[in-house]
Amino acid sequence: MDTFVQQLINGLTIGSIYALIALGYTMVYGILRLINFAHGDIYMIGAFTGFFMARGLGFAAEPSLTALGITLVGSMVVAALVGMAIERFAYRPVRKYARMTTLITAIGVSLLLENLAVVIFGGAPRSFPQLLQNEVYPLFGNAAISKSQILIFGVSIALMLLLQWIVYRTKVGTAMRAVSFNLNSAKLMGINTDFIIVFTFALGSALAAAGGVLTAQYNPTIYPLMGIITGLKAFVAAVLGGIGNIPGAVLGGLLIGAAETFVVGYGQLIGIPSTYRDAVAFSILILVLLFRPAGLLGSTVQEKV
Amino acid sequence: MKRTLLTLGLIVALVASFACERRDGTSTTGDSNAGAIKVGIYADLSGQTSSFGQSTKNGVTMAFDEINKAGGVNGRQLEFVIEDDQGQPAQAATVVTKLINQDKVHAIIGEVASSNTLAAAPVAQSAKIPMITPSSTNPTVTQKGDYIFRVCFTDNFQGAVMAKFAVNTLKAKTAAVLGDVNSDYSKGMTQYFEQEFNRLGGRIVTKQAYTQTDADFKGQLTAIRSTNPDVIFVPGYYGQVGVIAKQSKELGIKAPLLGGDGWDAPQLWDLGGEALNGAFMANHYSIDDPSPAVKKFVDAYKARYGGTAPDAIAALAYDAAYVLADAIKRAGSTENAKIRDALAQTKNFAGVTGSISINEQRDAVKPAVVFELQNRKFVYKETIQPEGASSGAPATGASPAGATTGASPAATTGASPAANANTTSGNMNAGTTTNTNSTTNSTP
Amino acid sequence: MPVFAKRIVGAVVIIVVLIAINALMSDAGLFGFGVPPYSGRILMFVGINVILAVSLNLINGFTGQFSIGHAGFMAIGAYSSAYVTVYHGQAWERALAGAVGADVASVLVFLVAILVGALFSAAAGLVVGIPSLRLRGDYLAIVTLGFAEIIRIVIVNIDVVGGATGFTVPGYTNFIWVGIFAVFTIVVVRNIVRSDTGRVLISIREDELASEAMGINTTRYKVLSFIISSAFAGIAGVLFGHYTKFLSTADFTFYRSFEIIIMIVLGGMGSITGAVLGAIVITVLPEALRQLPMVGGFNFADLRLVIYAGLLIVIMLTRPQGVLGEREFGFNWLRRSQKRPEGDEATGASKGVPIAETPDATVDHESGRDADDTLKGVENR
Repeated sequence: MDTFVQQLINGLTIGSIYALIALGYTMVYGILRLINFAHGDIYMIGAFTGFFMARGLGFAAEPSLTALGITLVGSMVVAALVGMAIERFAYRPVRKYARMTTLITAIGVSLLLENLAVVIFGGAPRSFPQLLQNEVYPLFGNAAISKSQILIFGVSIALMLLLQWIVYRTKVGTAMRAVSFNLNSAKLMGINTDFIIVFTFALGSALAAAGGVLTAQYNPTIYPLMGIITGLKAFVAAVLGGIGNIPGAVLGGLLIGAAETFVVGYGQLIGIPSTYRDAVAFSILILVLLFRPAGLLGSTVQEKV
Repeated sequence: MKRTLLTLGLIVALVASFACERRDGTSTTGDSNAGAIKVGIYADLSGQTSSFGQSTKNGVTMAFDEINKAGGVNGRQLEFVIEDDQGQPAQAATVVTKLINQDKVHAIIGEVASSNTLAAAPVAQSAKIPMITPSSTNPTVTQKGDYIFRVCFTDNFQGAVMAKFAVNTLKAKTAAVLGDVNSDYSKGMTQYFEQEFNRLGGRIVTKQAYTQTDADFKGQLTAIRSTNPDVIFVPGYYGQVGVIAKQSKELGIKAPLLGGDGWDAPQLWDLGGEALNGAFMANHYSIDDPSPAVKKFVDAYKARYGGTAPDAIAALAYDAAYVLADAIKRAGSTENAKIRDALAQTKNFAGVTGSISINEQRDAVKPAVVFELQNRKFVYKETIQPEGASSGAPATGASPAGATTGASPAATTGASPAANANTTSGNMNAGTTTNTNSTTNSTP
Repeated sequence: MPVFAKRIVGAVVIIVVLIAINALMSDAGLFGFGVPPYSGRILMFVGINVILAVSLNLINGFTGQFSIGHAGFMAIGAYSSAYVTVYHGQAWERALAGAVGADVASVLVFLVAILVGALFSAAAGLVVGIPSLRLRGDYLAIVTLGFAEIIRIVIVNIDVVGGATGFTVPGYTNFIWVGIFAVFTIVVVRNIVRSDTGRVLISIREDELASEAMGINTTRYKVLSFIISSAFAGIAGVLFGHYTKFLSTADFTFYRSFEIIIMIVLGGMGSITGAVLGAIVITVLPEALRQLPMVGGFNFADLRLVIYAGLLIVIMLTRPQGVLGEREFGFNWLRRSQKRPEGDEATGASKGVPIAETPDATVDHESGRDADDTLKGVENR
């Protein structure tokens, strides 16, 4: 039982990270119908920004909650700016063209960020400074939860609530929803769609950066290509939940995180060795889509002729 | 018809644009007795394993610059060309083709990941250009041909060393394995550790896997915890091992972690910190080694690369470059066959990663050193000699030499033929002699 | 000249050219001249990538489905055929050599390997094609990507084909094989596109609902295009594996799939010659960038992948419809004097025009159909 609880905690921890990143995918998709392949690399940029801030501001020497807070917010701001720049200079000019063109542009931006990071930061993994004294709190039996895990839960829940508030309770959120329903009509209603799109990119990028810094607290190895697989799985999480659907992204992220961990923990009992862990996310996705083609929470839009 | 002609014209133009060259049947290398000696290096500088590629590049570059500053080899300067293979085997073969064909190199140093070396080695072999791999540990790499050499351990030696250490010194009965599923290094080490551990009467209770890109290892570690093993074998690289150590401590796992040379990097301490205390690793050498050669290398490396201390891969690359230069010097020429013969005769070459002798399989024969990790230091535990290396003669690794193991830490040195002498699978130099040292703390 | 005579002459000419190039690429060379092995290697990969790009174009460019998992099918072809040649190839060759001679025996064995690779990949295409019955647009895309990744992870776990270490494979491929199959792929895809089936595929791309309303079994045709395309990807995999003589899953990651997508988008979706052009450019470009000079102690070749990615973005910004759009290079302007073909290509419509006049009208949110059309640009044709 304690092993089960432990695995659940482990799974939900990693799932929260996937969820944070998936939110960015899903929001951008909801508004632009664009798979932003560079989003995983924004997560990497967030982690690296946090790394340089923590080093530069001397937080590595004296860890504290304030230091972590400043690092977190700082890297979210930087990532938001990077996200806005990418939207402005790469995506906006091709927005009006075919989907394939925007997709290739996104892949190009992703490759550009990764290769630039390799050139600038070097390929060697770096160690993210510990900004919080890590303690472990035993629950019962062998089960325990660490401070960094609590932090990941706390911050991601707070950020998701904040996002929910922005989208459903503010004017700009209303505009976002309007744009995602119909971009042209929203424009006719006097909404500055360009601003809303840029805002969405900023918001999504900031969440990804938060994911990056939180992951780095939990697993301090950061390297330029860290965003590829994590980003891909987060994207899978977004599609699983129903792409374009905000609660769906959270659900998808948690589900994939938990499923991966349980395959590691219990897969051998049903004949799946843990070497298949990376295939789990995709298998679940395919199975779910076979029965719910629009994802778990996505609504199937009736086609009109 | 017109269209066919046009297509034809296009193809001809295409081929012509690839610049046909004259085939006169002579060797592809340039002038072999004058001018700079060209060495090609191929490494992953932009892919998933680019940190290893960067280390390789740094180590080789530093060695060559030192050699050139000291007057070069036989009065000729060394010139090197570095190509990026993005960590993809097909690309590795392509860039080696380029190095041989376009840059006309006399010798090649390269790759860390065995799969990349395995893909590229046949190219070098068929062009008869000597290739030294600094850190591809898969046993089959040097079986690709008589121009392929290595200066590192093989998986079967290192895996067996740690299994012996676990059983004989740590008295382990059960072990868990946590390996990187995408790494041939990890898979090879696992295979030979398992083989030897089982042979010595131990039992593997669980095998878990991760990938380099994983952000979290707690799932695997929780599963391992529930099986309660005596030791946990983690044949991975430092980037993950530090975190694994940390997370295993968070989960309250007491069993010591065991690993190999992949752990060796200064970043290991940053990532794992005190959580690594009590872990054991096999290695060629240690950057804390007080010997002057090692100290000189580590200091020079740090000075050159902005304070970064070298990892095992950089040290092996550095040695590979020196072994090559030494062979060219002894060959007295850059004729490929002569370099090859000189490389094959390398004996007791004093590198920073230990004394290197090349055996008949073109593998390096050198002792493994087992360290305990304590408070950010490698504390020397024991040296495990490969069979036959102590005699100074190149080991005839093909003979299924039995393992002669010292039974306990208290056992005195010497190769007393032990009871379990004859069951190694005949797979090259898996046989080892344990040279146990009871005074453990010889490193400051 | 009658049509069939022209074709025979064409085939003979192509084969002679291939044999000549192959001889140039061999160690001995041809009349004392040869292609350097490095260039020869690039030429080989160009040929293999032509097969991949042209075959993927059948799904993405002509049927309008959104597949980004081509590397997975390639991997299946490569590994299944390599299993055959590694474990049975030599025995079969020996058995056949007595009857037909060693050379013919090796050709026969390799033909069998190609067949095996194509069949296995086609079967995988069928499996992936089935979810395509229900899924549209980006959902289909992520499923194909997921399948490709699953295939790769499964292969890593199969030790008889080398697992993570990689799989050493005998070399059978030469440029004659690659050239013949590249030409074969182009001819087959071109003929399909010009046939009734091709018309159906294009109608699915243009408007799936409308073509369904016309009584077309769209499902059947979509699956068909998947199967054909996968089979060719499998053949490309067979040729690739038996040329590089070493297989590792690191060569079949999703970046490989992206590369193939980039080829067809760059050349122009829905253009066969465009796919060929894209394959050439995307294969040669990264190698050409290795030749960048060292300037003032700074090696520009170190930046080659950054430049590559930058170029990709710039091309998409400046020529979003791809270099050729939907036109076919050579087909039309060479035959202007002759009577026009039935006319799918070269309607001259696609100039990469924005989907609608208003720049923001990217997606038709109201109808919810946006997810279906991977190729929005075709709507105004």
